[in-house]
Amino acid sequence: MTQTIIWTIAIITVLGLVLAIILYFVAEKFKVQEDPRIDEVEKVMPGANCGGCGFAGCRAFAEAAVAAPNLDNNYCPVGGNDVMAKVAAILGYEVKAKAPMVAVVRCNGTCANRPRTNTYDGLSSCKVKAALYSGDTACAFGCLGCGDCVEACQFGALSMNPETGLPEVDETKCTACGACVKACPKTLIELRAKGPRGMRMFVSCRNQDKGPAAKKACAAACIGCGICQKTCTHDAITVENNVAYIDFNKCKLCRECEALCPTGAIHGVNFPKPLDKEAVKARVQERQKKAREAAAAAAAESNTKEA
Amino acid sequence: MKNTFSIGGIHPHDNKISRDCAITPLATPPTVYISVAQHIGAPAQPLVKPGDKVKVGQPVAEPGGFVSAFIHSSVSGTVKSVGPRADLAGKMSTTIEITVEGDEWMEGIDTTDTLVTDIPEDNKATLEKIRLGGVVGLGGATFPTHVKLSPPPGSKCEMLIINGCECEPYLTSDFRTLLEKGEQVVIGAAIIKQVLGGVPCTIAIEENKPEAIDHINEVIAKLRKISPKYDGISVMTMKMRYPQGGEKQLIDAVMHRQVASGGLPISVGAVVQNVATALAVYDAVQKNKPIIDNSVTVTGGCFPKQANLLVRVGTPLSYIIDSLGGMPSDAVKVISGGPMMGKAISNLDAATLKGTSSLLFLTAEETMRKPESNCIRCGKCADACPMGLEPFLLNKLSRINDVEALEDNAAQDCIECGCCLYSCPANIPLLDIIRMGKAEVMKAIKSRQIKK
Repeated sequence: MTQTIIWTIAIITVLGLVLAIILYFVAEKFKVQEDPRIDEVEKVMPGANCGGCGFAGCRAFAEAAVAAPNLDNNYCPVGGNDVMAKVAAILGYEVKAKAPMVAVVRCNGTCANRPRTNTYDGLSSCKVKAALYSGDTACAFGCLGCGDCVEACQFGALSMNPETGLPEVDETKCTACGACVKACPKTLIELRAKGPRGMRMFVSCRNQDKGPAAKKACAAACIGCGICQKTCTHDAITVENNVAYIDFNKCKLCRECEALCPTGAIHGVNFPKPLDKEAVKARVQERQKKAREAAAAAAAESNTKEA
Repeated sequence: MKNTFSIGGIHPHDNKISRDCAITPLATPPTVYISVAQHIGAPAQPLVKPGDKVKVGQPVAEPGGFVSAFIHSSVSGTVKSVGPRADLAGKMSTTIEITVEGDEWMEGIDTTDTLVTDIPEDNKATLEKIRLGGVVGLGGATFPTHVKLSPPPGSKCEMLIINGCECEPYLTSDFRTLLEKGEQVVIGAAIIKQVLGGVPCTIAIEENKPEAIDHINEVIAKLRKISPKYDGISVMTMKMRYPQGGEKQLIDAVMHRQVASGGLPISVGAVVQNVATALAVYDAVQKNKPIIDNSVTVTGGCFPKQANLLVRVGTPLSYIIDSLGGMPSDAVKVISGGPMMGKAISNLDAATLKGTSSLLFLTAEETMRKPESNCIRCGKCADACPMGLEPFLLNKLSRINDVEALEDNAAQDCIECGCCLYSCPANIPLLDIIRMGKAEVMKAIKSRQIKK
């Protein structure tokens, strides 16, 4: 009896040792040389595997970052500058700090602003709805309200506001991965610079119809009047296809466009003080008056010179 | 044994409540809106500018490509504007707005009722007349007819099928056309037959239209006495089943041949044309009359005045509705086309197109969707699918957007007939979801073809 037990233990032990030695040599022989930095980089990544960087997950990003000669084309929008600084430290590259971005929904067609013209009875999906027709309001460019963006967000940063019927972005949760931008069939969502202390300006409309049609469809539509473009002293606003667009790299947050917009399509958010529209309007008018006088004086001067 | 297709299909109640209403011409509206995108393929290019005077039957837009068609003015008057206008679904398309003045027709159009029974021998001239007449398939797909009648080299047509099934519930315009313009339809069929090289022709009519079957049989017998060209045209009585009028289903039912996945009907030697298309071919070839009007069924259980109207192309829908006594108060949905495949209209100011066959009014009870519940895996959708697909599987794959698996399971073969949705006891919007997946597959196939 005892002999059987001893033999069993001995055979198993010897077998184990022999196999371990074989395995050791096999492992040495077929060792895959992997850059240890890939693991290190992966460790500092957020681990969301959201695909916001353009790669299939954090591991793929780490591999690409290690293989690339610099970090110009690799940026993790979720981790932001902190994570990228750590990655740069591991790899010994330099990384340019990027302004933090945030998703912005550019539609102001709330239930109050934009009356419904028909009832949609199909599958609750923006993609399906957009393929079928222009939507249940007279605006063919606005939010369809089925929440494809909410579904696309992996970070719970988007939610539908039942009162307005529009999606809202929770800035604290938004990582600017861009999943919602891809999900929106009307391309309403844009990644914009978060701005100093979250302060930023944007045109909350994408309606390319001419003024009267846009206004009829939605009370808060951009009618492409161009007042904002003329007012802007920083050359940040362009009006194309009857809709204004603010370049966030040029905007100096003076809020003059917001004060002058006749329909309220331009929004300023996270400003500490509410906008004093009248004061800003007066300021702009004063400046424009001076400019006109100066122009008139210059014209008069050139006239006298010619004479 | 009655003839029908081999797999799938459903039996909705046919509801042909407007079957006894003769086709009556609708008064010309004060303004018509003629879209340049009335057919499958490239939109036509406008030939007129604001201020131009046009006559009835004058071309106002020319084909914008090979698969495209002429578009003609349906009225005489002055072009008011050429620009974007919302269509039935609220989407913008270039539209020619014409203010109606009088009713002056182009020279050369035969407006009399005399029947022209001589079939022209010159096939090239006939095809050119069909092209110039802007004839497109009026069964729903609006595919340019002259393209369909010019089979690619190497393929041989063995049979012409004239589709008079009208398997969609409610619709009666084809039925009325067969009854009232049977001679013209048969002559049109004979012209198409001649162009295709004298192949046999079958006019397929479902058994719920016995009057039409009898009438067409009489007409064929009468015309055979005039010319041997009418030999080889016969009527086939089809068993009632939806979607018998689908091209591939009809070929299966008549010829017992199945079109392969991704293949064209010509690959099994068939060409299918709708009854209304045969009539349009007759008008274009024998009378020089392009498509300027089409018959539209206005119907629905809640609509007080059933009608089959002859409507000029570009008539605003609101004008048609007003002329019949306005919107019924309990109607919640207006559909262009039949209840199975038709599209709900979101913009009643839109105008009719060549392919508009019906305006159907439905009440909330008839049309609103019931709440969706989970799939119980009963397999009714797979039984009902006339293409032999598995809608329950395509539903899942579409939801996760697995394009490769969708293509493997032939989502691109879906004919969007709605049988799956109709048969689903869990009220899952199968068609909506599968259509989304099909669009993704088509996109993938297209991008692959471009790469090659």
